[in-house]
Amino acid sequence: MSSIVERHKTLERNVTLLAVLAFAAVTIGGIVEIAPLFWIDNTIEKVEGMRPYTPLEQAGRDIYVREGCYVCHSQMIRPFRDETERYGHYSLAAESMYDHPFQWGSKRTGPDLARVGGKYSDEWHVQHLKDPRSVVPESIMPTYQFLAGRPLNQGDMTAELQTLYTTGVPYTKDQIAKANDDLKAQADPENATEFKKRWPKAQVRDFDGDPTKLTEMDALVAYLQMLGTLVDVNAPAAQEDLAKEKGR
Amino acid sequence: MEQVLLRAGLWFGALVLAVVACALAVDQGFAIHMAIFGIAAAIALWVTISGKSVDNAVRGILRMPDQGRYDDDVIRWGVIATVFWGIAGFTAGLWIALELTWPQLNLGLEWINFGRLRPLHTSAVIFAFGGNALIATSFYVVQRTCRARLAFPGLARFVFWGYQLFIVIAATGYLLGITQGKEYAEPEWYTDLWLTIVWVAYLAVFVGTIIKRHEPHIYVANWFYLSFILTVAMLHIVNNLNIPVSLFGSRSYPVFAGVQGALVQWWYGHNAVGFFLTAGFLGMMYYFVPKQAERPVYSYRLSIIHFWALIFLYIWAGPHHLHYTALPDWAQTLGMVFSVMLWMPSWGGMINGLMTLNGAWDKIRTDPIMRMLVMSLAFYGMSTFEGPMMSVKSVNSLSHYTDWTIGHVHSGALGWNGMVTFGALYYLVPRLWNRERLYSLRMVNWHFWCATLGIVFYAASMWVAGITQGLMWREYGPDGYLVNSFAETVAALHPMYALRAFGGLLYLSGGVIMVINITKTILGQYRTEAPMHDAAFDPAKDRPIVAQPA
Repeated sequence: MSSIVERHKTLERNVTLLAVLAFAAVTIGGIVEIAPLFWIDNTIEKVEGMRPYTPLEQAGRDIYVREGCYVCHSQMIRPFRDETERYGHYSLAAESMYDHPFQWGSKRTGPDLARVGGKYSDEWHVQHLKDPRSVVPESIMPTYQFLAGRPLNQGDMTAELQTLYTTGVPYTKDQIAKANDDLKAQADPENATEFKKRWPKAQVRDFDGDPTKLTEMDALVAYLQMLGTLVDVNAPAAQEDLAKEKGR
Repeated sequence: MEQVLLRAGLWFGALVLAVVACALAVDQGFAIHMAIFGIAAAIALWVTISGKSVDNAVRGILRMPDQGRYDDDVIRWGVIATVFWGIAGFTAGLWIALELTWPQLNLGLEWINFGRLRPLHTSAVIFAFGGNALIATSFYVVQRTCRARLAFPGLARFVFWGYQLFIVIAATGYLLGITQGKEYAEPEWYTDLWLTIVWVAYLAVFVGTIIKRHEPHIYVANWFYLSFILTVAMLHIVNNLNIPVSLFGSRSYPVFAGVQGALVQWWYGHNAVGFFLTAGFLGMMYYFVPKQAERPVYSYRLSIIHFWALIFLYIWAGPHHLHYTALPDWAQTLGMVFSVMLWMPSWGGMINGLMTLNGAWDKIRTDPIMRMLVMSLAFYGMSTFEGPMMSVKSVNSLSHYTDWTIGHVHSGALGWNGMVTFGALYYLVPRLWNRERLYSLRMVNWHFWCATLGIVFYAASMWVAGITQGLMWREYGPDGYLVNSFAETVAALHPMYALRAFGGLLYLSGGVIMVINITKTILGQYRTEAPMHDAAFDPAKDRPIVAQPA
């Protein structure tokens, strides 16, 4: 053993050697664990139904991130009986493939939101966001009244979608170019014909109960109402994909 | 002169850049931040041109002694910054604990909603309090153990002020809603770039001082500091690979999404704990524990083994934050196995620290500063046992997403990081300000007990809350249905949240006692007080046992 101590003296006298070896020691684990995720099938494969977020949903997602919702809400259902009964089918890797950043969360001060879309009405969401305790008396969520009246002003949505495209989200050229129009059209059913062509399955309606203007509330509710609704998890293709995810 | 011109040119360039960016800003938050950058650059420019010495100016205000043999000014600033940000971070923590107990305290104001204040609290305690403690102590330790003055004095000052600017930008950003949405990596792209510049300067000062050393060997504390600086640089750069939407806007999107994004984030997140809060603080421990105990480090061989094992194993442990998620199973298992193995090198550090007291164990009774350092090692040992246990998948299935995790983090952060920092501060202040001793040792004792009791309340209430939560979520009735709605589990935690806030209040009170003690010490006052310990003497009993003749 004393030979280790003796040999280690070389490192203790040479800061370059010490730094290089220490750096080498800390790089290995990350490379072995992270690198394979970029070519393993079930972490990069698309599942039927997955599509990028519409401009309005993406804007809602930006608000979700801005307000730090991920601090108290997870978006990752684990494969346990109680969780799947409470929240729905457990989450697939592909369902967050367009999430920049991912919002799986680490804490459930409030319930999981991975499949909250369609579970409550728009009116419920608006009321709940404005005053959570008026619908859930036990709730300890802050109030988000300020989202209700505030006009949605997320800047240039074309630039935003273009940036996401650069990171690998497969928006079409048309979707990017018309992003600013689509942002408004999704909450305005009367002028949404063009929007529906570009986004065939997206939900189109006025989300916040105030058709006169497009608010931050519209965007956030649009985002919440689509969460977990894209993939039909019981479809054969999705089940086949799940069968490959071992150990869950 | 040429150097002054060059520096002035650089600051002028930065000022122009900030003004242009502020003018062209596409969102309000970015404009505010560029204005702050501009003001900072303008101040730096004025200081450079006027040739005024910041050292002298601050020395007067802070009652600092004149420049000593070592370059200690920047360390004195760091000590004060550590105390300041510590109190700010503890207060923010207490406030958000109260918000969770009584949600009306969110006051309906977006800037102080829990979602925005929670990152402010975590960043304030980890990066502002912890980071300043690490920078200040590393500059102190590297000079003493290398027997050399800091390598680049100007750059060291840039590191200090640059780091404070990073904190201000990050903190104001959270309140304004500027965030990347990744835990412990919330600051946006331009703040990250600024921190990268500051960090490279930090590495240069630290390594430069080691190169200048007059001791043949590099002391073990410096190995830990060095690995901390290097690894944090790597983690910070990779996890913050973002593409800004506009060069004049605050928003950006990370290049990694979904599964890849999650693992990169927790590779970062777990090693922010492993290197920022462990390796760096072990560097602190390896200097201040032997110094305060006046004993050499217990085992040189153990320090070699546990250093290399710790830095190699820590990196692998990240996936334990993603158990039973969509992350591939093999990665989860790998993360679990390495987390369990990590228990050993962690306890290697604890043992090496505790056993350093060999032959000086009485100091725990007589010296409250030593008691603080020993308690920090005890909490280090406890949380590095709890961590591997929680990383076991079956335990994690219960503990994940619950307050147990929050309790675990705080026994580490309040117990280990907080206590070792307080100990180091109490060691440093009298020495840095040429005072005979602290204002009051008895106040250190009060601080110790407030902090320890605070942690007990915190950790115990969060254990109960976490396990309650986990069990209630999975409770089935005889009818085969879930028993509890989510809202019922929230209501059940209310008393625990109140107890947690009380624990936080105790911990903050200890901090306030420290502020008074350190301030008075700096002002050169000494409290007249009975010594902490003395052998008992009762004059009435000091007599022969037989009756005395009259």
